[in-house]
Formats: sequence, C-alpha cells, structure tokens
Amino acid sequence: MNLFKSQKFSLSLSKFFTYFYLILLAIIIIYPLLITASSAFKAGNITAFDLNFNANWTLDNFRRLFTETLYGDWYLNTLIIAVITMVVQVAIITLAGYTYSRYRFIGRKRSLMFFLIIQMVPTTAALTAFYVMALLFGALDQNWFLIFIYIGGGIPMNTWLMKGYFDTVPIDLDESAKLDGAGHFRIFIQIVLPLVKPMLAVQALWAFMAPFGEYMLARFLLRTPDNFTVAIGLQTFINNPMNQKVALFAAGAILIAVPISILFFMLQKNFVSGLTAGGTKG
Amino acid sequence: MKYTELDIKRIRNATLLSFIPGLGQFYNKQVFKGIVFLAVFLLFIIEMIGFGAGALAGLVSLGSVAGEHHSLFMLIEGSLQLLIIAIFLLFYIVNIYDARKVAKLWVENKKVNTTIKSIMSNVSDSGFPYLLTIPAYLAMIFAIIFPVLVTLLIAFTNYDFYHIPPASLIDWVGFKNFVSIFLLSSYRDTFMSVLSWTIIWTVCATTLQIVIGVFTAVVLNQKFIIAKRFFGIIFLLPWAVPAFITIMSFSNMFNDSIGAINTQVIPLLDSLLPFIDLGAIPWKTDPFWTKIAIIMIQGWLGFPYIYVLVSGILQSIPEEQYEAAKIDGANAIKRFRHITLPTIFMIAAPIFITQYTGNFNNFTMIYLFNEGGPGSIGAGAGSTDILISWIYKLTTGTSPQYSVAAAVTLFISAFVIIISLLVFKRTRAFEMED
Repeated sequence: MNLFKSQKFSLSLSKFFTYFYLILLAIIIIYPLLITASSAFKAGNITAFDLNFNANWTLDNFRRLFTETLYGDWYLNTLIIAVITMVVQVAIITLAGYTYSRYRFIGRKRSLMFFLIIQMVPTTAALTAFYVMALLFGALDQNWFLIFIYIGGGIPMNTWLMKGYFDTVPIDLDESAKLDGAGHFRIFIQIVLPLVKPMLAVQALWAFMAPFGEYMLARFLLRTPDNFTVAIGLQTFINNPMNQKVALFAAGAILIAVPISILFFMLQKNFVSGLTAGGTKG
Repeated sequence: MKYTELDIKRIRNATLLSFIPGLGQFYNKQVFKGIVFLAVFLLFIIEMIGFGAGALAGLVSLGSVAGEHHSLFMLIEGSLQLLIIAIFLLFYIVNIYDARKVAKLWVENKKVNTTIKSIMSNVSDSGFPYLLTIPAYLAMIFAIIFPVLVTLLIAFTNYDFYHIPPASLIDWVGFKNFVSIFLLSSYRDTFMSVLSWTIIWTVCATTLQIVIGVFTAVVLNQKFIIAKRFFGIIFLLPWAVPAFITIMSFSNMFNDSIGAINTQVIPLLDSLLPFIDLGAIPWKTDPFWTKIAIIMIQGWLGFPYIYVLVSGILQSIPEEQYEAAKIDGANAIKRFRHITLPTIFMIAAPIFITQYTGNFNNFTMIYLFNEGGPGSIGAGAGSTDILISWIYKLTTGTSPQYSVAAAVTLFISAFVIIISLLVFKRTRAFEMED
C-alpha cells in the first residue's frame, strides 16, 4: 500500500519536473524572439530590445525600411542568390548522389572518401584565395562570384547525404524497370526521383537558407552597399554604437525570418527521415 | 587463363604504345577512340606550349620586375596549370589502363567495340556515372579544391601589407610563416591562446547543445505529455530563424548597460530567487563573461537540430525492446542507459562529429556577438576570437597578413581533418558497403 503511494507520488513529481522543464525552455526560447519582433512595431528611436508593451505601436518602421534604407535592394540580391544557388546545387547533388548510390564504377570508394575529407575543410577560411581569384576574374563586389562559391561549397556534404537517402530506395525497383526496357534517364526521372522528394525538399531548403545566413564571405567580397546581402546589410543598422537603428533592424529581421520559418515548418516533416537516413548509411 | 608468348607480347605492345595516348588504341583496332585520345594529348601539348610552360615558370619565379609583373596573378595561373596537369595525368593513367584492358580482351577472344557506334553506346553505358558526376566535380574544383591549393601556395610566400602586387613583388619564403606561428613570440603566444580557447569553445558549446538536445527529446518523448505539438514547434524556432538575426539580437540584449539581460532578466531572477543577487554582469566587457554568454547562446541556437534528430531516433526504437527489459527487471534509468543512449549514439555519432567541426569554425557566432572582443591579445586577435575569426581579422585588418592567415588556415584544415578521421575510424561511421 505504502509502495503504491510512493510510486504515485514519484510519478506526479516526474510529471511536475517534466512540465517545469518544458515550460522554462519554451520561455527561454520565446523571450528573445518576442522582444526582437515586438521592437519592430515600436515608434521612436529605441536603442535596446526589451519587453515593454506600453510603447506607441506603429508600422512606420517597415515604411522607413524601404524608403530610407537599401533594404529592398539587399532583399532582392539575397533572393536572387538564394534561388540560383538552390536550383543549381540541388540539381548537381541529385545527379551525383544518385550516381554514387546506384552505380559501381572505378574510383567510387576513393572519391566518396575524398568527399568526406574535403567537406571538413572550412571553405570560408580560404579568404585570401577567393580575394585573389576575384581580383583576377574581376569578380570583386559581384554577386555571381558568391553564387559560385555557395554552390560548390555545399556539394561534398550534401552529395553524401543525398546518396544515403537514395540508398534507402530499394534497387529492385530499378532492376525491374530495366527488364521492362527503361533506359538510364527514365529509371532516374520516373521511378527513383519521386521517391526521394522528402530529401530534395530538405536539400532545397538548406541551399535556399544558406545565402541568407552566410556572413563572412559576403562581408569580405561585397564592397558597395547596393550589392549587400541582407545579413551584412542589417548589421550596418546595429554595429555603429553612435547610430543605432534597432527598430529598423527588427523590422528587417521579421521580413526575413517569417517567410523562411514558414518554409521551414512546411518541410519540417521531411527532416527526420532525411537526417537519419542520410547520416547513417555509408 | 594462360597467355601464350604472343599474347603477352601483344598486351605489352599495346601498353607501351599508349605512352603516347591513342597509339595503343590504334593497335587495338579502336580507331575512333584512338583519335579522341590522341586529340586530347595534342591539345594538352599545345596548351603546355602556349600557356602552361610560361605559367609554371611564373609560378617558380613569381616575377622579377616590380610594378610590371603581377606576382599574385602568376601564382593563380601557375596553380591553374598544376590543376590542369593533375587532370591530364588522371586521363593518362586511364588511357594506359584502357589499352591494356582492351588488348587482354583481344587475346581472350572477347567482344571488342571497334565501330564508332558500339564505342559510343559503351561510353554512354559505362561512362554514364562519370558524366553525371562531372558537374559536382567542376563546382567543387572552383569553390573548394582550387582555393585550397592557392591557400597552400600563399602560405609559403611573404604576401602581406608590405608586399602588395603589382607595386611590389611576392617571393617564396619556405616555411617562414609556419616557423613564426609556432616559434616567434609575437605570433606564438597569440596562436596558442587562440587555439586553446577554440578547443574549449568547441567542446563546451557543442557538448552543451547536444546535451540539451538529447535531454529535451527524451523528456518530450514521454507518453503523458499534453500539447506535444505546441512544444515541438516552439523548440524548432531557434533553428528556423536564421542564426545571424538571433545572434545580433542577443548581441544587443547582452549589452552591459542597456541590454535586456541586465535591465530585465537579471532583476527578475533576483526578485524570484531568494538569497541570490546577481547584479549587473559585464557580459561584453569582461572576456570571461563574454565566453559564458556565447557558449550559452550556442546551446540555445544548436539544440533544436539535435532534438529533431534524436526525436526521430527515439521513435524508431521498437517498444518490444523496452518491454523485454522491463520483464528482466531493468528500471527506467537502466533502460535509458542500456537501450536509449547506445541507440542514439550509434545512429547520430557522425552527425555529432559534424556539429563539433561546425562549431570549431563557427565564425558567425563569435564575430557577430562581440567581434571577437572584448580587448585584444596581440597579433590582431581579440580575447574571444577563435582561429577562423582570427584568420578573418588577419586578412581584413588595417595591416593584412595574408600569408600568415593562409598558414593558420592550413593548420585548421589539417587539425579538423585529422581529428575527424580518427573519430570516424573509432566510431566506424561511414562504413561502406560494396
């Protein structure tokens, strides 16, 4: 009888701690995001984010963002870079991942090992090399040069993940299609590709998000404010202690974070299968 | 298969002839293939005469007349030529191998493709995988391999703010940069303290995000929880919002005098918790507190990824395993230690490793929070700079040290690759089936 009571008590205690932990973590996550987002709607010249709902609410910051700053240009630049990077990179890694999954050819194992090693090299650290290359090609301050680097830099790791996902599609499907007389391309496009849609979605999202968040190379290679991406553009609002545009920063951040988060949550159900399948199979 | 004297001679002839690409293929009666191979070879010869020889000579000398010769461009062109030669060598080996293989087919009386049509269809069959991976390799050469090669070469020159082409020349200086990083006091002390902080940062921040991620996944995976979906969405937010935005927001929040942490959060904690009076903490002016702050923020930023991954793994563990353990009398803690944890680590180990290497080079976090500050520890590094942000400062500062930055870059790459490979070997991750 006593035992029964203590068990019940320990169960409710563990319930209490479970909820306590979950709610505390939720608060820690929401608080910074909430005070940043709410600052976007505050009038006047604020210098710090805080939780204060007695401010004058306004949409004026969004108007100022597009009339007084280059934010519109930055957004467009980033969008163009992101879309091109996404389309080209996903096409390349899909072809390569499929090849490594389905074909046995000379040098396959060695080049896979090479992919694994090369993806550990921090591409961004080769700053000087990119600078000299840009000088030679006349590509300093050019967005197309960044696109090239973004596309190439993500290939080894993502090819590996793609291959892992293709491996989860049974090869019998290909075999039976071959018997029916389907060629290389038909098997690839009509049979295997539809089955890896989840991973394609995930890879597309990563490739699309990367240019929005990449700071180091963009800051180093882009020189004139008209060519900036949103990451380096927004930083100019808050890195000067004398001239803080915190409310404008917050407004700009919302316009980036909201669409990306929506995309993210739309594709979220594909993550887990993509992550575990891609990460575990050699 | 026993070869006769004549057979062996034939195979040897084909191999020897193919030392000039194409001839071995002609000998094997594969005229079309021979023409293609010979054309590639002649193209390479022409390229060498027209551009390559000069480029290589330029790479060796790096120019002799200041103001007229641009050492940097010579270095780039020379690197390009090295790449071309490497690719040609690959082709050359393939060509010899091919001549040998086809000759063997002849003496074994097997089918050999001699017409254009049959060769083309063979290429499209066995060459298909190579064709599909060409774009991946081209993009990688441009964005990774070539830059790394150039960085490798720059590390052995004296390219810095005293030597900026075309006004002045750059010279090869051997291992001078590496020697000065490891031995010269002005760099050595900075390098050692930056390296040790980089390692501390990587271990603490990554371990923190993994622990929070695993713990959260396990807690949220219990059966009785209501509003599971709600919590699940909240916990994904730090991952869904681009990191640079949240880091800049945190950078503002942790401001010593006006930031929300010191003006709102700490007073609230002080009033809620008895006997604790934190007061204002010098988050951005004291290196120790800056380090605490960035490790905490990285935990906040990085745990959702781990949490999603581990949630997926937990759902894949069959219920029967737990039931069987229960019957054997294993309590909850034992079940967790012997079933849950090993499964998580078995599946997620490679991803955990990439998390560590990612933080080792997490420039955005360090630079956007406090620009590697506060203060400076000499040689252009701030007190919270990690190697990659130090490289950035060495390259972009007022007196750039390009060659030293390149040397540090090589060190980083080697360090990360060696550690990762050791761990990969230990965990047996990425074992390949064939």
